[in-house]
Amino acid sequence: MSYRPNNSLSEEVLEHTKVNSAGCYQCGKCSAGCPLAEEMDYTSSMVMRMLQTEDKAIEKELLKSQSIWLCSSCEMCISRCPMSIDIPKVMDYLRQKSVKEGLQNKTADKNIVAFHRSFLDMIQLTGRSYEPGMIMDYKLRSKDFFQDLTMAPKMFSRGKLPIFPESVKNRKNIQDIFKKSKKESI
Amino acid sequence: MKKKLGFYPGCSLEGTSREYSESVISLAKRFDIELEAVPDWNCCGASSAHNLNKILSLALPARILAQAEKAGIKEILVPCAACSNRLITTQHELFEEPELKKEVEETTGMSLSAPIRILNVIQFIQEYIVPELPNKKVNAFDKKVACYYGCLLVRPHDILQFDRLEDPQSMDEIMKTSGAEPIDWPFKTECCGAGLSLSRSDLIGKLSGKIVNEATERGAEAIIVACPMCHANLDMRRPVINKYMGKKLNIPVLYITQVIGMVCGLSPKDTGIKRHLVKVNIN
Amino acid sequence: MARIGVFVCHCGENISATVDCENVSERAAKLPGVVYSTDYKYMCSDPGQSKIKEAIIEHKLTGVVVSACSPRMHEPTFRKACAEAGLNPYLCEMANIREQCSWVHEKSETTTNKAFDLVRMLVEKVKNNHPLESIKVPVNKTAVVVGGGVAGIQTSLDIANAGHKVILVEREPSIGGHMSQLSETFPTLDCSQCILTPRMVEVAQHPNITLYTYSELEHTDGFIGNFNVRIRRKARSINEKLCTGCGLCCTKCPAKKIESEFEQGLAYRTAIYVPFPQAVPNKPVIDRVNCRYFQTGKCKVCQKLCPTGAVDFEQKDEIIEVKAGAIVLATGFEVKNTDFFPEYGFGKYKDVINGLQFERLASASGPTQGEIRRPSDGKIPEKIVFVACAGSRDVAKGIPYCSKICCMYTAKHAMLYKHKVHEGTPYVFYMDIRAAGKNYDEFTRRAIEEDGAKYIRGRVANIYEKNGKLIVKGADTLMNGRPVEIDADMVVLATAAVSCEGSESLAQKLHVSYDSYKFFAEAHPKLKPVETNTAGIYLAGACQAPKDIPESVAAASGAAAKVICLFAGSELTREPIVAKVNRMPPPIFSTCMGCGMCKEVCPYQAIDKEEIKNRNGETIKTIAKINPGLCQGCGICVSFCKSKSIDLEGYSNKQVYEEVLALLNS
Repeated sequence: MSYRPNNSLSEEVLEHTKVNSAGCYQCGKCSAGCPLAEEMDYTSSMVMRMLQTEDKAIEKELLKSQSIWLCSSCEMCISRCPMSIDIPKVMDYLRQKSVKEGLQNKTADKNIVAFHRSFLDMIQLTGRSYEPGMIMDYKLRSKDFFQDLTMAPKMFSRGKLPIFPESVKNRKNIQDIFKKSKKESI
Repeated sequence: MKKKLGFYPGCSLEGTSREYSESVISLAKRFDIELEAVPDWNCCGASSAHNLNKILSLALPARILAQAEKAGIKEILVPCAACSNRLITTQHELFEEPELKKEVEETTGMSLSAPIRILNVIQFIQEYIVPELPNKKVNAFDKKVACYYGCLLVRPHDILQFDRLEDPQSMDEIMKTSGAEPIDWPFKTECCGAGLSLSRSDLIGKLSGKIVNEATERGAEAIIVACPMCHANLDMRRPVINKYMGKKLNIPVLYITQVIGMVCGLSPKDTGIKRHLVKVNIN
Repeated sequence: MARIGVFVCHCGENISATVDCENVSERAAKLPGVVYSTDYKYMCSDPGQSKIKEAIIEHKLTGVVVSACSPRMHEPTFRKACAEAGLNPYLCEMANIREQCSWVHEKSETTTNKAFDLVRMLVEKVKNNHPLESIKVPVNKTAVVVGGGVAGIQTSLDIANAGHKVILVEREPSIGGHMSQLSETFPTLDCSQCILTPRMVEVAQHPNITLYTYSELEHTDGFIGNFNVRIRRKARSINEKLCTGCGLCCTKCPAKKIESEFEQGLAYRTAIYVPFPQAVPNKPVIDRVNCRYFQTGKCKVCQKLCPTGAVDFEQKDEIIEVKAGAIVLATGFEVKNTDFFPEYGFGKYKDVINGLQFERLASASGPTQGEIRRPSDGKIPEKIVFVACAGSRDVAKGIPYCSKICCMYTAKHAMLYKHKVHEGTPYVFYMDIRAAGKNYDEFTRRAIEEDGAKYIRGRVANIYEKNGKLIVKGADTLMNGRPVEIDADMVVLATAAVSCEGSESLAQKLHVSYDSYKFFAEAHPKLKPVETNTAGIYLAGACQAPKDIPESVAAASGAAAKVICLFAGSELTREPIVAKVNRMPPPIFSTCMGCGMCKEVCPYQAIDKEEIKNRNGETIKTIAKINPGLCQGCGICVSFCKSKSIDLEGYSNKQVYEEVLALLNS
């Protein structure tokens, strides 16, 4: 039996990830150990608290936050959480939801989200991640052409940047997977 | 009898971390283990797919598992910690939730009948290399080392049931058998920044910088890793690290397979240590 | 002809919210044999009981079925009411339509039907009940108290002062328990030893108390008023009668580097030792595992030194059998002291200690004479981080409960540190400050406001050592979870309070229930807090759940009061729910064949064989005989009896069959 109000983000999270945000009692152990906490606008324990409010305005603020994109899914939080709350899974859901609603954080959209998009585009194209191609794609998206430019020659000379992309033979299969999952995901 | 094992190299091992792949393959060869790559394997989606699309993040690894199953692979080595984490969690989630499994199978157009055994590189070394190591050892890796496990090697613990979450010991034990002296240090499982490498390289300087600096300060002569993402951040990103830390940190970063390879007399070409950006001045 | 009355209780809304009580009552009225049926909001209340009494008289009832809660809750209430109206109490039965119906089902017609079925079954049963008389047994007015901490001491003194004999059994060489290890006590900061040691001495000198230290309870059987207790007095290797407690023996013992249990590993002791200077009895004991003589066969230095010849290497464990009317368990608690927190480095870093170790550091009689010095190098720490909830309220570590005492003792620790090291800074990482007790909240506020303890609301993620400092990584959850890093000189973990080692096996020996954390279970969480499910066995102190000193003492006096009540009469009235052998006269007609199977299986040694003799003294038949004083009514003999010659009073085969058939024949 559940007495939660309907249509709250926390309820959605529970449904899609089976993580009950009510379990969090804000001890802050996750925030204390989070390697990226210092960079975040809302630390992980705050993220859980924001879900608990079930307040539309706060939920929107959360989906617009940079924190959800800064989380590197290192899983330090869940490994120490006294309530075993799977925060990385919640973060995954919040990121997906944020993109779907077009709420993704403006700064993160230019770099972190752009990178994920380039990465997935590359896989969609060839089935594998071909780093030079992906980097080019990312640079076009992020418009940050000069960063890392000095690294490329060193990497080429050490054989770390292959000239031609390797590709999956059954590319149709990969493209089908992308097509179908775009339809079915949230 | 020659031992045979499935093998999923993953994209990094074909590109930026070629030396990891080379050292794994040479090591397997040295120990008479045949590695059979998953036919027509694809990218697992790694650190990106799960951020944007749940089904895709499961479907990509599911295709790999299905391809492995089709090839009759029952046990598979996945050296990349990120890939092995994705494959292990996907397999676990799919076999726990029949409905999700059905949905993912419809997406990939391939079915999965039974879970296969997925080994990360440490489990592989513990089971297949360490017992034979005394017979193949030709020299000792007589150095103080900092074993860096990274985030994904021992997590998620519930599913993996491998080593312990805090202050893990498995790599340290392996290094001891190779003649090295592992140091006690607190950053074994701190995150290096992983997938933020390209998009927020400014953060890599800070996160990875802390790790490299701590290992150096505690007297380590090499950092030992088992993940191409960790290696990329600690090695290739060293200029960013040095800039952030405001000092020149020279400590080399070695894959655990490279160290064991060296101990077993493999050539620098076999172990690929020449490919590192931070020069390896050892042996 | 049976005249049964049915009384359906609403239990406020507990039953009526899901069961249609009126409907049950109306349908019950139509059952054969039922002459009266009614429903009421609170049947257990005074007007409710009056309804039953009036109906018994008015309708000349021969049996009563109260359909309400579990009989464990109110059977005695209703049986007493019946007795007051002149009906034999054992002609009253309860149909449990609360725990077994309304609480576990949703509101529906089916639920009401089930409630009615339960009533119907009990109506059939009660038709076959017959009056029973309660059994009288003698009471042995000696109490055995297990555990000599503050709770055991208090309970022993209270019982002894009421004029009854007490046997106090303590596992360690001295009584005193954890309280004797504490420095000062909250919220008054009076010295723990100063208030406890006089009571320890009182125990030792009390004419009604027999003290067995270094002893363990090995076996018990019997029942309330009549327990048989076997105690093992472990060999102390010292003749206590000869020993004067001069302490000479301990001075020259060559085995010196043994970690002292009393000092929590912060100091060493010898192999022959008195745990602490104020120990009661103040007599040494030889730790045979570490004694050079017991390990190598050579030494005996202590024996040579002893002026009274009290050292006895040949001493053996002694078994003592005692008879007791009551047992009080006061075995206390332990604090977690293993490295179950690898991220905090307990056991790895010398300067990460637990709360009990800090008590020893702060104690005037401790290894540093009360100066706060860190274990690694003896330096006075400039910054100490106190971590509350180290393991408590941590589902992932298997301890979801609050250890209750840590908030207060951590505030006390911060305070004591500040009182002793004025320039030092105490930091306290906490989640909630639980200071619900007389003068407790004022105490924690004083730590913060007057003594400058820096409280940070957040849990510590990890601790590591760097350049001689302990780096504590925490977060301030009142500042958006902002990471906080403190380079401390020492860290004190308020590790979880857990049940004592061995409490599970002790509970099993005594047939006492315990919870999933191996704390002993009380009979009722509110109304029977010091009783156990086994009559005659009581609980005192932290063996039941984490408790502070005032609570332990209160519970101890509560348990003592229960024992004193029990000892107030010379006889005890027991439920007549006992097994009975068919002895239809003449005895030769008894269906019992004397096979003795029942005697073998009886867990209470309540069955014997009886020979029936004729006038010439010749045995003509052997049958089983049950001692109603020992029988606990478990019914095992009934199920084993091949000739169906044993029945359990109140639960005879016929009664149970009628009850079941009522359901099947609907």
